[in-house]
Amino acid sequence: METTQLHILAIGRNEEIMVVMNRLLNAPNNWTGVTVTTDDAAIAAFEKEHFDIVLLCAGITPEEEAALTARFRTGNPQLIIRRHYGGGSGLLKNEILYALDNRPNPSN
Amino acid sequence: MARSILHKANTRGHADHGWLDSSHTFSFANYYNPERMQFGALRVFNDDTVAAGRGFDSHPHDNMEIISIPLSGALEHKDNLGNRVITKAGEIQVMSTGTGVFHSEYNASKEEPASFLQIWIYPNKLNVPPRYDQVKLSTGKNHLQQIISPSTEDAGTWIYQDAWLHLGRFDKGVQTTYQLKKEGNGLYIFVIRGSFRINDVQLEERDGLGLEGSTETVLTPLTDDAEVLLIEVPLLIR
Repeated sequence: METTQLHILAIGRNEEIMVVMNRLLNAPNNWTGVTVTTDDAAIAAFEKEHFDIVLLCAGITPEEEAALTARFRTGNPQLIIRRHYGGGSGLLKNEILYALDNRPNPSN
Repeated sequence: MARSILHKANTRGHADHGWLDSSHTFSFANYYNPERMQFGALRVFNDDTVAAGRGFDSHPHDNMEIISIPLSGALEHKDNLGNRVITKAGEIQVMSTGTGVFHSEYNASKEEPASFLQIWIYPNKLNVPPRYDQVKLSTGKNHLQQIISPSTEDAGTWIYQDAWLHLGRFDKGVQTTYQLKKEGNGLYIFVIRGSFRINDVQLEERDGLGLEGSTETVLTPLTDDAEVLLIEVPLLIR
């Protein structure tokens, strides 16, 4: 699973934390990441590029989460969308590996 | 139905970074075990030792309740909220990280290592303004001391979660009973020092035991100066 190439979009409102997230998401050889702080920028990135995972970071309200999830699922039903907790490297790798391990089987 | 999960000390994940020696009860950083992701709202339980004069450089956190319990030595905490505090054994620090906070934690000593428990609990409210708090523990023995609750009015300090944490140091044979504060919660028990019998399960130093469906738990210390940490948390998270 570690060798899977992943393109990850992270959306959060804290600009300083998103700078750190950008560095973390682009550090592993098999990950590339795009980080944005607005929903408009997230949707623009989503329309331009294919992402495997979307991470919703701090500052995203439940209403915004629902709207973004609906928009993203329409464009890519297999997309993995997860809340990212903790703000840094502590849980990031685990959240992604666990999401990949538990992604719905499209044949089911 | 009552259920329990035993985490023997030697089954924890382990990372030795030279300056930091860390044992992970649950998956953390490069330790990934899908069977060890969390116990309800309790997501991280790290048993850390930081070398003299070393520490964690400034780094961010958000949307997590983070509790640090020094066991020996002292930590120097600095954050972008303006806090610059030393937390030593006998005190605990709490951060509700909410919308985001940057902090560093250094061993305050240039000579001796510092050890502490680092506990992360999922919050029940997202995107709160970040806060820092610190409390001093009482020095008494043979009772459970509440250190965390959900209420600003209750003993100890508080977090954004229906969680209660208790610490206790006991003489051998002084039995104690813990009653869950909230129906449906689970209880995670970690032996800091010595050994205990928890109901009918014997725990040695640094073992952990998660209990679900047990409203009452009997703790029997099997050694003198036995020390235990109880973490009551909601079991169903998201």
